[in-house]
Amino acid sequence: MGERHALAEGLRAYGLIAGMWVRSSMTYRTSFVVTVFGNLVVTALDFVAILLMFSQVDSLGGWSLPEVAFLYGLSATAFGIADLVLGSMDVLGGRIRDGSFDTLLVRPAPVLAQVGADHFALRRLGRITQGAVVLGYALVSVDVDWSAPKVLLVPVMVVSGAAIFSALFVAGAAFQIFAQDAAEVQNAFTYGGTTLLQYPPTVFGKDLVRGVTFMLPLAFVNWVSAAYVLGRPYPIGLPSWAAFMSPLVAAACCALAGLAWRAGLRSYRSTGS
Amino acid sequence: MGSGRLYLAVAAGGFRRYATYRAATAAGVFTNTVFGVILVYTYLALWDEKPHLGGYDQAQAVTYVWLGQCLYATLAIQGGGAEKDLMERIRTGEIAVDLYRPADLQLWWLAGDMGRALFQMLGRGVIPFAFGAIFFPMALPTAPSAWAACLVALLLAMVVSFAIRYLAALSVFWLMDGMGVNQALMITGIFFSGMVLPLNAFPGVFGDIVLVLPWAAQIQMPADVLMGETDPLGAFAFQAAWAVVLLAAGRLLQSAATRRVVVQGG
Repeated sequence: MGERHALAEGLRAYGLIAGMWVRSSMTYRTSFVVTVFGNLVVTALDFVAILLMFSQVDSLGGWSLPEVAFLYGLSATAFGIADLVLGSMDVLGGRIRDGSFDTLLVRPAPVLAQVGADHFALRRLGRITQGAVVLGYALVSVDVDWSAPKVLLVPVMVVSGAAIFSALFVAGAAFQIFAQDAAEVQNAFTYGGTTLLQYPPTVFGKDLVRGVTFMLPLAFVNWVSAAYVLGRPYPIGLPSWAAFMSPLVAAACCALAGLAWRAGLRSYRSTGS
Repeated sequence: MGSGRLYLAVAAGGFRRYATYRAATAAGVFTNTVFGVILVYTYLALWDEKPHLGGYDQAQAVTYVWLGQCLYATLAIQGGGAEKDLMERIRTGEIAVDLYRPADLQLWWLAGDMGRALFQMLGRGVIPFAFGAIFFPMALPTAPSAWAACLVALLLAMVVSFAIRYLAALSVFWLMDGMGVNQALMITGIFFSGMVLPLNAFPGVFGDIVLVLPWAAQIQMPADVLMGETDPLGAFAFQAAWAVVLLAAGRLLQSAATRRVVVQGG
């Protein structure tokens, strides 16, 4: 009962704060439209890189362009959703440094909701749009014998992927409480993670694939399930039911990230200035 | 007089300012290393499929990746160098103080940015590059002259990089807000510098065009000079020509801005 109440309250607080940031960004409408477009173009550069590569070759790591686009679309859309919901968490380091984090602690709303909605930026819809367009292209052009489980896996991957990336953002925020200035380290996992997943697993060394499958389970955002959908063997042999494990992996990641966040919050010492 | 010393002091200040944030620098080193590893694997797959793409072999492609990671912050490829502060000073009107100084505005900011770039290269760039050299096969020259030539190319690259960003920053005199310009800087910087793919691997006529744009002076030229893929003197001439043209354009824009624009602020 109490937990559910806290969750509803957190969502409400998140909605209120996010709404405030949206209204503030809508004050300068032209600027908003331009930044949405800019955001879309910046994120599209990753895909332009892939297109440039495929202008020279027919396959990469044995995967065709529609197949790589499938990976890209899933990774970019899932990351885009997490980035929209929690992506402003990298300003947390700044708030801890200048002491304004203290203000969030005394407000009668869950801190995670406040931090998540801080500087909420609707312009990040640009990334989701761009990812979804590539995913759409991939779905119509990829050569797959669609069955019910395969169709179902597509939305499951997007949602679980977004949850896994969200867990990374929250864990990154917890890390910033300890590390402060070192906020950029989390970029290696968030932005680095989504870039990694845009390419076929066959491109990377087996140890790296093992690491992002079992240690930091990024592979469950798209690699494992997409390999099943496309009927390709996953480079490190996994049973076929692993393709359906991403919601469980996502739930476990979120639980661990929640624990890390609580530990971080408990150990917080104000700058005192 | 001691004007040379003044700009040296400004450069030293820029160096020290960035050197203060050790944890942030360490974090940057880590991030650049991770991205380098990801890129290396994708490039290896590409060059595996098409050997000698753009005239590079696999080891050269790997070298290009790590040089790119080394120069990413050094040349502020996605922005975030002196132009960020300059834009803010124009927006708030503090630029009026800079204009009062008995120093040349462009040289002042150039000196500060060179100091920043030197620190970013030594503090943030060298370690990922060394990491790459240890764990991946790279095409590094043994002759000291090649390294010296690369160093010259790097210094010229820093000047060209600053000249591009200085022009962008001055636009804020008219635009008042640098957000859109920063985005444009980021997009052009990442794409035309060859961060996504070496410029010599771009297809067809498009590939010929990107190789003569000023951004080619940033990563492509130093990389080709280091690996002996181009005549160093020709590369220096290309970089210096763009540096002169862009700095001159910056001076023109600067004089137009300071003559016609009313400084913001109370």
